[in-house]
Amino acid sequence: MLREIRPAIVLLLVLTALTGLVYPLAMTAIAGAIFPAQANGSLIEKDGKVIGSALIGQQFKSDKYFHGRPSATLAPDPNDSTKTVPAPYNAANSGGSNLGPTSKALADRLKEDVDRLKAENPNVAVPADLVTTSASGLDPDISPEAAQFQVPRIAKVRNMPEGAVSQLVAANTQGRLLGLIGEPRVNVLALNLALDRAAAK
Amino acid sequence: MTVVGWLQIILFCVIIVALAKPLGWYMTRVFGGERTFMSPVLRPIEAGVYWISGVDERREQHWLTYTVAMLLFHIGGFLIIYGVMRLQAVLPLNPAGQSAVAEDLSFNTAISFITNTNWQNYGGESTISYLVQMLGLTHQNFLSAATGIALAVALIRGFSRASMRTIGNFWVDVTRTTLYVLLPVCVVYTLFLVWQGIPQTLGDYVETTTLEGAKQTIAVGPVASQVAIKMLGTNGGGFFNANAAHPFENPTALSNFVQMMSIFAIGAALTNVFGRMVGNQRQGWAILAVMGVLFVAGVAVTYWAEANGTATMHALGLTGGNMEGKEVRFGIVASSLFAVITTAASCGAVNAMHDSFTALGGMIPLINIQLGEIIVGGVGAGLYGMLLFVVLAIFVAGLMVGRTPEYVGKKIEAREVKMAMLAILVLPLMYLGWTAVGVVYPPAVASMANAGPHGFTEVLYAFTSATGNNGSAFAGLTGNTLFYNLTLASAMFVGRFFMIVPAMAIAGSLAAKKSVPPSAGTFPTTGGLFVGLVVGVVLIIGGLTFFPALALGPIVEHLAMNAGNVF
Repeated sequence: MLREIRPAIVLLLVLTALTGLVYPLAMTAIAGAIFPAQANGSLIEKDGKVIGSALIGQQFKSDKYFHGRPSATLAPDPNDSTKTVPAPYNAANSGGSNLGPTSKALADRLKEDVDRLKAENPNVAVPADLVTTSASGLDPDISPEAAQFQVPRIAKVRNMPEGAVSQLVAANTQGRLLGLIGEPRVNVLALNLALDRAAAK
Repeated sequence: MTVVGWLQIILFCVIIVALAKPLGWYMTRVFGGERTFMSPVLRPIEAGVYWISGVDERREQHWLTYTVAMLLFHIGGFLIIYGVMRLQAVLPLNPAGQSAVAEDLSFNTAISFITNTNWQNYGGESTISYLVQMLGLTHQNFLSAATGIALAVALIRGFSRASMRTIGNFWVDVTRTTLYVLLPVCVVYTLFLVWQGIPQTLGDYVETTTLEGAKQTIAVGPVASQVAIKMLGTNGGGFFNANAAHPFENPTALSNFVQMMSIFAIGAALTNVFGRMVGNQRQGWAILAVMGVLFVAGVAVTYWAEANGTATMHALGLTGGNMEGKEVRFGIVASSLFAVITTAASCGAVNAMHDSFTALGGMIPLINIQLGEIIVGGVGAGLYGMLLFVVLAIFVAGLMVGRTPEYVGKKIEAREVKMAMLAILVLPLMYLGWTAVGVVYPPAVASMANAGPHGFTEVLYAFTSATGNNGSAFAGLTGNTLFYNLTLASAMFVGRFFMIVPAMAIAGSLAAKKSVPPSAGTFPTTGGLFVGLVVGVVLIIGGLTFFPALALGPIVEHLAMNAGNVF
């Protein structure tokens, strides 16, 4: 048994260095050389400033932009660091609501949001993803139905024809891979950037 | 449920079955010490590793020595993780300025990673520096996975050898698994993941100003290299708090699909390794068939339940299923499928929040873990767990006809059955026992996020996941408390090692036995009857053990939900 002590120490250190340092550092160098944009977080620049990442959702509150999904992310309370406060789309502290199917808090929140959206667009059924929080709190996407639901509001606020806004939604909709894998979706940040560009013309 | 949804599920199953044979062939050669196409590059490294650490690769070990070597290896791994977490603040590669991790959280995390559980009481981007992610967590993702595979191979040797005292050399098995199987796949896999959009950088968190002018801090890091082994090694501990639901851990539908494949790939291929090593691949296919039956049944229930949504959502006229805690790019089907895969294997990565699943949709992941994660299972752990059930099933079959049971040429006798029962019974003792404490001890009760039966399920899920070395969670539960850090660590420890040691004892006892040739009275273990028998034994043992607990949690919640109750 005693002769197992040396491998237990040396082999562990060698394999730790290999898998815990050499491998991740080598991959960082190689990935940075081959795919620099993705390796650094798929950042989007506008007028020379970083305005976000193509993959990370951000909060939109203004009526002139398409809204993403509700986000349940939190941040430390500035007044009491042992507590947390809601901080939607906090990309330094991902997480979901974790409210279960019989949660009263969830039922109340859903009702409030559905009522608000029904007032905005009474003619269409409210898509589920527009009132449910995502698992990460950073979902960059909404369903095409959720985007379409907001078209009348955007058209009115921006004074654009609804058809033109709908076309932007269609142009920014990604389908399933090979028609099979994943779900159709619209990246909210990309759509809003396209909207700003269309308005500028 | 939709046709496209089911086609995705079928495509997944077809690919896993198709991968089992070539990967099984390759791994059998690796474990047998034969040359592979990687040998010209890797053999010099392998020989160097043995030379420097004083390992004689031709010297095999008795099962007890093999087990002691494994345990020593884990003590070292524990000390490394605990050390780097406690010293995090003074170590380099800490751009976010994370402070030292508390004692109880470091203890919990170190146990969590050496047991291949990867339970996350830590917050990822908000708690852990890049160095700890790499040196602490990524390294143990490799080594705990390699250990699991090594142990499974040692148990297979028990079946395939006759009249031998040894079951292989632990150091050689771990080194070869790491160098020839895990590392090469991870190098390619990491690049694929970066291409899909996962960051791989040592740079600072990115400060941005959003389109509406708000400040947003975006956490990045050396993510892809860890996600690759986290999936392939069925570890499941996330770089970020939201795990594989975070867009930086799982950016696209394709990355999600490949991640699901990589959770099952090695575990499924090990059944083929088993078949090859005992000299009949059909023995391996029979075991994979048992796994397949249980898997597809679980997927069907969860997919149906999630697509159906909750009573609250129906009342509000919401369409599109239960999207609370799910990402749009995965939708209902890929979230349901992922949840069943991650709990069937002992992965524990999540791409949706299980806590927000419907009562029945969330019950299937719970059952998968309670059955012992034998449906493909953790790399290695799944196969040795399943072989324990096979031993019991064969024993039951033997009792029915009054004959000493045999399996792949080995007589299954009192010692094997006792050890298998010990391993199988110790698991419910941990998760049911601690749950009983957790739902009455006031500081533990305060950790529940949901009221009513769902709160009970959160506690039951936590201890089940820890005991099963899964690592997924009903994550509303506040786990980072002294009570949960210590009790969950004990559950993870017992769940891992009280399963491994009896399994190795069986390996040693079987290897020493003579091999008996099959006769007319031998129960064939490659056909449908055998598959049905094993499925039956798994469900009966499982059902008798945890049905009462499920009745108090998800089942009563489902009834309450349909009666219109909220808590």
